[in-house]
Amino acid sequence: MGFILISLIILIGITSYFLGNLRAKNLRTSNQKNLKSLSHYYGYYVALWAVVPALLILLMITSFKSFFIEQYVLSDFIALGSYTETELSLLFTQIENTAMGIKLFDENTILIDGAVNKLNYINKTSENLTYVTVLGLSGLLVLYSIFNINHKLNSRKIVEKFLLVLYFTCSLVAIMTTVGIIFSLLYETLRFFSQVPITDFLFGLNWSPQRVFVREAGDLDTRDLANAFGAVPLFAGTFLIALIAMCVSVPVGLLTAIYMSEYASPKVRDWAKPIIEILAGIPTVVYGFFAALTVAPLVRDIGQGAGLTVSSESALAAGFVMGIMIIPFISSLSDDVIKSVPQSLREGSYAMGATKRETIVKVLLPAALPGIVGSFLLAVSRAIGETMIVVMAAGLNAKLTANPLDAATTITTQIVVILIGDQEFDSPKTQSAFALGLTLFVVTLALNFIALQVVKKYTERYD
Amino acid sequence: MKSIKIKADNLNVHYGEKQALFDVSMYMEEKQVTALIGPSGCGKSTFIRCLNRMNDVIDICKVQGKIEIDGNDIYAPDMQVEQLRERVGMVFQKPNPFPKSIFENVAYGPRIHGIAEHKSDLEEIVVTSLKKAALFDEVKDRLSDSGTSLSGGQQQRLCIARAISVNPDIILMDEPCSALDPIATARIEELMGDLKTEYTIIIVTHSMQQAARVSSRTGFFHLGKLVEVDKTETIFSNPSDQRTQDYITGRFG
Repeated sequence: MGFILISLIILIGITSYFLGNLRAKNLRTSNQKNLKSLSHYYGYYVALWAVVPALLILLMITSFKSFFIEQYVLSDFIALGSYTETELSLLFTQIENTAMGIKLFDENTILIDGAVNKLNYINKTSENLTYVTVLGLSGLLVLYSIFNINHKLNSRKIVEKFLLVLYFTCSLVAIMTTVGIIFSLLYETLRFFSQVPITDFLFGLNWSPQRVFVREAGDLDTRDLANAFGAVPLFAGTFLIALIAMCVSVPVGLLTAIYMSEYASPKVRDWAKPIIEILAGIPTVVYGFFAALTVAPLVRDIGQGAGLTVSSESALAAGFVMGIMIIPFISSLSDDVIKSVPQSLREGSYAMGATKRETIVKVLLPAALPGIVGSFLLAVSRAIGETMIVVMAAGLNAKLTANPLDAATTITTQIVVILIGDQEFDSPKTQSAFALGLTLFVVTLALNFIALQVVKKYTERYD
Repeated sequence: MKSIKIKADNLNVHYGEKQALFDVSMYMEEKQVTALIGPSGCGKSTFIRCLNRMNDVIDICKVQGKIEIDGNDIYAPDMQVEQLRERVGMVFQKPNPFPKSIFENVAYGPRIHGIAEHKSDLEEIVVTSLKKAALFDEVKDRLSDSGTSLSGGQQQRLCIARAISVNPDIILMDEPCSALDPIATARIEELMGDLKTEYTIIIVTHSMQQAARVSSRTGFFHLGKLVEVDKTETIFSNPSDQRTQDYITGRFG
């Protein structure tokens, strides 16, 4: 029904555009007086009146309809007063099923049959009513707006104003989503901290939320909770892996950028740059099994060859592959900023008798530094937020270690572990995921903020 | 007659397919200002960029012919281009100080060429260069400020200080005043008068008045050819070529 109705509204909209346009043209020719706007703006004006309120009303009807229908259908049961809210909603589902011909239970048959009749009746009526209301409103407003067209009406202003509202609404969607996410994170996190003290979470050295799951809820005491949710091993693991990743990606990425911007001929650049950027487009899960199946065993074999104990899942393998993954973030961005250093600075340096290397090291890199640092920081936030590679290559074991050859785990990985499978949504275990998510969010936000500030503060203005 | 510092012989320059200079031959006298004038795209900038081999930076640029400085062919295979540029400084059309402090801008050349042994030597070079460029008094209290924080005219004088910091013989100036206001321009012109006691200066300029004011010899370029080169007074009062006559009287260009 929704599809037909919306199609009809759009049809009315298109028709009314032509009507408005026609009306404006007629007014112009018959009165020999100029209208305030071009005639097609009057078309848009009428079309907006035809479509927008109708759609809004439709939206309202559809959001509230189900509630009223449920109330009406269940009125007999509600009158009995012996049902709880959950039971009522189950009952309603049963009625709906019966209406569709699926019979499950045989109790209360008379009441249910009555309700089914009611349901069929109300569905039919409400549908008709919706059609009449929406289309009627649309038609009335078309008539109103067409007769409203006169020499004093400036439809262009109204249309532009509407567009302004539209743009604003669209940007509001993104903003409200962000705000919504932050608040839901905050809410759940606060609930978590009401059970586990924030200091234990931030400074505790032991992360084993599974323990909470194993024990009966009644046996839990606060000591248990505190001991299970110390996030320091996760912070340390995240930091360790991100550090390894940066150790790989910073030198490789930066040198790539220098080669691409200063040494590569345009031909080489043309085919090499897209290939490097493909690295960023490879799904992280592919990197993940590359890390787990190729790099991790390799690291282990080499390590054992050198007489070291290496676990088969190591932070080094995950960090290394992650480093490869974020190379393009650094090389691409740095390449762009180095390239955008004005040619006049290069010439100035060459004219002083500097070699290419001196020019790059002493003039270009310092001039491009803010952008380069910005690219590093973006790469760090990418590394911190990365999940799949770590899940597959670094293990799930929350061990507090600084040894890159040991298994490690990160914040994101633990969120995955916590939320996989069945769980209650009000257990501290599940809520700890929100606390971790919020921590991660705060850290990446801070990094991005710093990156922006650095770029802004140290950017030289070239004109 | 003054001694000859730079001599160009049958210079031909191509950018890819396009020929930018045709058989240019001229000489420039030591410790004099030589001005190169002509309409846009006539090849005068191309010409002075051959004198310190700045055209090497452009891949498609090919230079044929001979340029001698003090009798040495600068396009000879054993010529070190970095050393050439140490001797032939350049000031560009738009001031291009490095995004470093004023001090570091001037110290750049001495540092890369290893001229100053001690920090005190370096400081002395910087101060002397800034003084020669008539900038020292304006910036002496803020040598650590960024070079880009100066005004346009100051930036250009900073670039001149940078160019003379390595004590070159020759300074090439490629329209050094085209981005400056008349007051800053006057200061630079005044400065050129001082500098020519020590340096050979070649200046490319769009302004014929400027050429007349600062130079002793002037060359007129048109469509990649050196139409005429002579004493500045002669060029502006009694040119031998009709095209020069037309250009300086403002009939074209």
